[in-house]
Amino acid sequence: MGSRASSLLREEDIEEIKKETGFSHSQITRLYSRFHSLDKGENGALSREDFQRIPELAINPLGDRIINAFFPEGEDQVNFRGFMRTLAHFRPVEDNEKNKDPNSGEPLNSRNNKLLFAFRLYDLDRDDKISRDELLQVLRMMVGVNISDEQLGSIADRTIQEADTNGDMSISFSEFIKVLEKVDVEQKMSIRFLH
Amino acid sequence: RACADVFQWATLRMERGAREKNQQLYKPYSNGIIAKELVSLEQEIQEVRRSGIPAPEPEFDMSDIFSFCRRGVESIVDDEVTKRFTAEELESWNLLTRSNYNFHHISTRLTVLWGVGVLVRYAILLPLRVTLAFTGVGLLVVLTSLIGLLPNGWVKSSLSEKAHLMCYRICVRALTAIITYHDSENKPKNGGICVANHTSPIDVIILASDGCYAMVGQVHGGLMGVIQRAMLKACPHIWFERSEVKDRHLVAKRLSDHVADKTKLPILIFPEGTCINNTSVMMFKKGSFEIGCTVYPVAIKYDPRFGDAFWNSSKFGMVNYLLHMMSSWGVVCSVWYLPPMRREEGEDAVQFANRVKAAIARKGGLADLLWDGGLKREKVKKVFKEEQQKMYSKVLVGVSEDSHGSEVVRGPALE
Repeated sequence: MGSRASSLLREEDIEEIKKETGFSHSQITRLYSRFHSLDKGENGALSREDFQRIPELAINPLGDRIINAFFPEGEDQVNFRGFMRTLAHFRPVEDNEKNKDPNSGEPLNSRNNKLLFAFRLYDLDRDDKISRDELLQVLRMMVGVNISDEQLGSIADRTIQEADTNGDMSISFSEFIKVLEKVDVEQKMSIRFLH
Repeated sequence: RACADVFQWATLRMERGAREKNQQLYKPYSNGIIAKELVSLEQEIQEVRRSGIPAPEPEFDMSDIFSFCRRGVESIVDDEVTKRFTAEELESWNLLTRSNYNFHHISTRLTVLWGVGVLVRYAILLPLRVTLAFTGVGLLVVLTSLIGLLPNGWVKSSLSEKAHLMCYRICVRALTAIITYHDSENKPKNGGICVANHTSPIDVIILASDGCYAMVGQVHGGLMGVIQRAMLKACPHIWFERSEVKDRHLVAKRLSDHVADKTKLPILIFPEGTCINNTSVMMFKKGSFEIGCTVYPVAIKYDPRFGDAFWNSSKFGMVNYLLHMMSSWGVVCSVWYLPPMRREEGEDAVQFANRVKAAIARKGGLADLLWDGGLKREKVKKVFKEEQQKMYSKVLVGVSEDSHGSEVVRGPALE
């Protein structure tokens, strides 16, 4: 039945989140309600199990990696701020008229940050390089058992060959950006939030 | 009925009042938080790839992950399944605190009206209803036991029918349920199975007050057990022991035997297996559709403005739930009897089940989902993830039956 979800979120918090992420007031309250409904333990934070309870996410081959992206380094719980910060990456890129002040830095949903989000899905050890192994891991997650090791290996090799410009047999972030130059990242990595 | 109109007026007024006073209203996401892509995942990935030159060998595009990634995050924000297991959120307020998210002191008028509402509901309606409920149940037990003493025959069944109907109607009054039955010419007949979408235990009372059914269920102890045994004396119901439930063949056999006997009442079954929040119809378990007799589908839709009938069994127990129901304004619902359906040639149980499900969803205005209601408590099966992986592998390795006209299976190219 209905819960007083919105009353647990203070106006100051909403304002801060608004500044940080660019979501509107009503979007924040709605997302808070969603956060609250996922939080089965009712402790104000989400654990990995809470995410895995979503069937559509559980059957997504990259499900675990996506869930990981929400959790800061080495932690098992994500609070609402963290949740919103990660979701902010998927806001569509409008001309950020409101955020013209130079102190705010790059908005979370810029093309660069979206690409960084995707890059980090590959780069598990956060060494800013996608090694052959890391690429293979992601490929294996996506194809399951349907492609043999050798074939997958050669696909990975080809991908690295194409992208690698400095010959270190791994893909750095700048090489990653170069490969995806022509791809409409803004559209593919944006979710249309309703007002 | 006048009552319903009063409620309508009251809710609209409240809504207006609340909106005037308070700008930053919490708006429930009945319109959805996000707008999702209507293109399937497979098509989306194909589109991005086709924009480049088709490669002679399977090639991995780093951007492939984008689609998966975005859909994953979309499902975190709004997915089709988890929201079916909690009560539906409403646009307007119906004077029940529990369904309102904006309960500040908006205006004196509003608070007074709410106060009056509480008084009426708890002090007047509730005791009245509880008394009625006890009477109804008590009568049921007593009458059915008495009737059970009679020898089997025409007299017994007609008396039993009258007794059952009367008691259920008392229970309906106990909940102040305003039920509209549509298409009663399609009412289930003997030797068939009646199939309906499940929202709460009240579904049973609603259907049974308009016709006589044989119930199916597990044997319970305590008060429920007494009621079950009493009902059994008057006319045949199918109660299973806990252990028997696991044995699907046994269950199927008992159901078919009952159905084969034309003197026995139609069986009432809820194939979803669990309570869903009345915004959608989830996967029907195929067991009841394998038996091969006529199926009478029924769609039940509750009007959420007067009281939310959904039983969230993980949050509230049965007694709590009943108290909630009896202290709401009432239950308003519509029941549609759909024309009978039979399994067609070449159709297997699952397809038949889906066909019936689609008909019920269409009639009741509910979303038709393929997801299993069992996901309320259990994890999703790995099989679905494997399907996604298979689909992506096909895209990667380049099996294309559709676009390029010829079926080309490109094997690994040896370097």
